[in-house]
Parts: sequence; structure tokens; C-alpha cells
Amino acid sequence: MNLLKKFILELQEISFLVWRALIGLRKKPRYLPEIIRQMDLIGVGSLAIIILTGFFTGGVLILQTYPTLAYYGGQSEAGRAVATSLIRELGPVLTALMVAGRVGSAISAELGSMVVSQQIDAMRALGTSPTRKLVTPRIIALITMLPLLTVAADVFGIIGGGIVAKQIFGLDNSLYLTSVRNGVTIQDLIGGVIKPIFFALIIGVIACHKGLKTEGGTVGVGKSTTSAVVLASIYVIIADFFVSKLLTVIFGTSTL
Amino acid sequence: MSPEELEIQSEPLNPDAEEISLETPTDDLHRVVPAIEFREVELFFDDRIILDKISFTVRRGETKVVLGGSGGGKSTIIKLILGLLKPDSGQIFIDGEDITEFDEIDLMRIRRKIGMVFQEGALFDSLSVYENVAYRLHEEGVPEEEVEHEVKRMLRFVNLEDAIDKMPVELSGGMRRRVGIARALIGNPSIILFDEPTAGLDPPTARTICELAIKLRDLEDASSIFVTHEMNNLEYLSSEYAVIDEHGDVQFEQEGEKLCLINTEVLMLRNGEIIFSGKEDELKCAPDPYIMKFIRGK
Repeated sequence: MNLLKKFILELQEISFLVWRALIGLRKKPRYLPEIIRQMDLIGVGSLAIIILTGFFTGGVLILQTYPTLAYYGGQSEAGRAVATSLIRELGPVLTALMVAGRVGSAISAELGSMVVSQQIDAMRALGTSPTRKLVTPRIIALITMLPLLTVAADVFGIIGGGIVAKQIFGLDNSLYLTSVRNGVTIQDLIGGVIKPIFFALIIGVIACHKGLKTEGGTVGVGKSTTSAVVLASIYVIIADFFVSKLLTVIFGTSTL
Repeated sequence: MSPEELEIQSEPLNPDAEEISLETPTDDLHRVVPAIEFREVELFFDDRIILDKISFTVRRGETKVVLGGSGGGKSTIIKLILGLLKPDSGQIFIDGEDITEFDEIDLMRIRRKIGMVFQEGALFDSLSVYENVAYRLHEEGVPEEEVEHEVKRMLRFVNLEDAIDKMPVELSGGMRRRVGIARALIGNPSIILFDEPTAGLDPPTARTICELAIKLRDLEDASSIFVTHEMNNLEYLSSEYAVIDEHGDVQFEQEGEKLCLINTEVLMLRNGEIIFSGKEDELKCAPDPYIMKFIRGK
């Protein structure tokens, strides 16, 4: 009962945080320079690890699926297998998990240390809403950057798959690309960009909430950072199922 | 002669009289309203009582030194004044306005009247000294020229003009507190709250912080709450006053035959209750064993 009460209370606090972050956009100041700074930190800062993740995921996909496809004589469809897996599922989920680890932890630790060093209290005492100044720009930056990072992961995953297919299995590049083009539908592309928007909201809200609720000094910062990453990762995976189901209903069962 | 002409003619005849009749009563009335007032304020965390029906007032231009051991509720009082916490019962008045039920938007308006000096300075790590001090003005969209002028004026007040481009990490503990004071004073708030501003500082630096509080009280007419558990802070604040000498320099003089300080009082808290309210010399004569132990340290 106590756990349930705690969960409902936390859910209520998170809902209020989302609401305040969204209404923060209605009025001035909107902290545009801060939004751009966060976009740079989150987007450009995460690009290298996302490219690496995408590239090697694409590579390992072809490494694992090519022998099976070859067994059934379907090696020419290797590009389709890599592209659809990446664009529909692995691209959005892996990118979100990497960003949850890198950015979610950073947001939670930064806000947490601001709480324990009374900087959040100072901000409020100086007449600024921490939600508008700190939470809204981070959530907006995440919502904008995560879909772009996902696209980067998808593209580099397909490139990685192509290189592995050519170098290890000797598959012709044009055959691989034709298979990619034939396999990917517009619904895949739209779905692959919609999912990261939900994931970005989850990562941003949980990281900010955990950071702002930090208690107990520097030990508390460590705790809130860990729980932010763990919870954001779990919720991303859970949300992936429900968003996939929702997109299946919207676009039809054949594609998603 | 038309009534308009009469009015025009009568205006310059007695300008002083008009000034007195209009401004003095308003100013007097303004000074009668306490800067801060607590009425029967109670606060609980879970089932633990933090403040037990606290009532006190801080008059205009007065410094209230709040003494007490750790966990006695001293800093909580400051958080209540800023609206960072809400009382469970009772009322809090700032400049005569009951802020108890104010929402965040109304509290933002009240907070503009208040400058807050935090225990460790609470400077924003990612901003330079200039940006920290200018924070409130930047948020209000004040033109940069005006901001620069004000920031320099405030840094001159705390004697830290040279540190304007430094980052907080480059500053010593005492310098951080002084930047915190400069940041609190920007926008000329009429109420200043000090939350243990000398904790962990060496005696000369602690003395400098107390001198700044004395200057604010005597030269700027600021009302303030000075939370501390260090007795020498109380000694400085309740026995010295600031004056400007003939060269325009600030001098600190001991109270005595020339002047008796009436604008500094002490409030002592123990487990959320006020156990003493009055002057420093009365505190020293108080028979309460806790107060005696607190003053003498044994």
C-alpha cells in the first residue's frame, strides 16, 4: 500500500512537472539561448557515441542474419532486414538508451548538485522559476535532438551493415542498397521518428524530476542519478511496446 | 482671477509645506508597517514539529539576529519568508501583505523585495561573478549598460571589483559569500535575509561580512534577519554602528554615550520555539540554562 501511495505521489509530481514545463513555453522569458545550448550539449555532444552505436549495431545485425538468410537463399534481402530492424526498433530504442545513460545522468546530476548546493533555492529567491529556466529547455532540446540522433543511428547502422556485408560476405553494395530501398516504407520512417519524441519526453521528465527531488547531499546526487538512468531506460523499453502497438493501430499491422 | 490662475500662483508660494504635508505622513505610515511579521506560525515535517506557533516582527531598518543550535528551525524561518516553504498554520506578512496563501506568481513579486544571502553563497557554478551578480537584472531584461553599472556598484560595495570576470570555483569561501551578498543586494531590496553567512569563515572574513550587514542596516536602511550560531557575530551587530566620516569613508563606531543602538534585536530558538526575544544585554542576563550554555559554550 505504501509503495502504491509512493508511486501515485511520484506520478502526480511528474505530471505537475510536465504541465509546468509546458506552460512555461507560453510566457516570456522563453530562454531560447539556453534551449540552443542544451541542443548543442545533447545533440552534438551525443553524436559520436550514437554514430558508433548505430554503425556497429548495423554491422552485428548483418553478421548474425546473413548466414541464416543465405541458408534460405535470401541473401539479397540482407539490406531489408538490417534497415527495417534499425528504423523500426533498434535505432530509436538504442539511441534512447544511450541518451538516457549519457544525457539523463548528466541532467539529473547537474540539477541534483544544484539542489544540494542551494542553487535552486537561490534561483527561486531571485525570482526565477527553475522549471522554466532549467526543465523546459532540457525537455525541448531532447524532443528536438533525439529524433535527429535516431536518424543518424539509422543511417550509420545501414552504412555499417553494408560495409560488413561487402567485406565479410562479399555482398554487392548496389544489391544491398536496393534491398534497403525496397524494404523501408514511409510508415517505417514516420514511426521511427515519432517513437524518439515519446522517449525524449520520458528521459527528460524523469531526469529532471529525479534531479530536482535530490535529498541527502552528494550521496543523494549519486542515488538520484542512478535511479534516473535506470527508470528512464526501463520506461523507454516499456513505452516502446505501447508506442509500437499504437503505431500498428494507426498505420496497420503489415508495416509495424 | 480664475481658479486655474489661483492654483498656478499658489504652487510656488510654500513648496516646503506641500512636501511635508504630502510625504511625511505617508513615509511614517510606511515605517509603522513591519517589514516582516510572523503570527502564530506552525510547521511540521511528517509528525515532527519544526516551528511551534512562532510570532515576531522585524521593523523597518531593524536587524533581527536569530540565534539557536543546529536543527532549531532558524533557516526554516528564512525559507518561509521567501515562500520556499508553506506554513501548516499561522500567517506571514511581508510589508503588510499576507503571503501565506500566495501562489508562485505572487511570491515572485514579493521575492523582488527580498535579497537572500545563502550559507555557502549558493553561486551559480556555470556563471561568472558578473553574471551571478547581474542574474536578477538579466532575468528582468534590464539594458546591459545599466546592468554593468549596477553590478560594478554592488561589487564595489562588497570590495570585490577585481573579481568581476572570475568563475565561482576560483573564489575563496569569503569571496563567495561577498559575491552572494552583492547578488542579493542587486535591485535594491528593502529586506535582506542572511542564512549563516559567516559559517566556516576565518574571524577577519567573518568580521567583514558582519560589517557589510551593519552598513546595510545603518546606511541603506535595510530590514534584515541574520541567522547565526556564532556569538561574535551578535557582538558586532549589536554593539557597532556605521557612519560616513567627513572624507566620505565608512567608519564603524562602538555604541556608547554618543549613540545607543535600538535597531538590533535577538531572537533565540530552541526546538522550534522562541525561548528569548529582546536586546543582546538582556540575553546575557537571561537565567535560562540553555541560553547560558549557548553563550558561554559550556
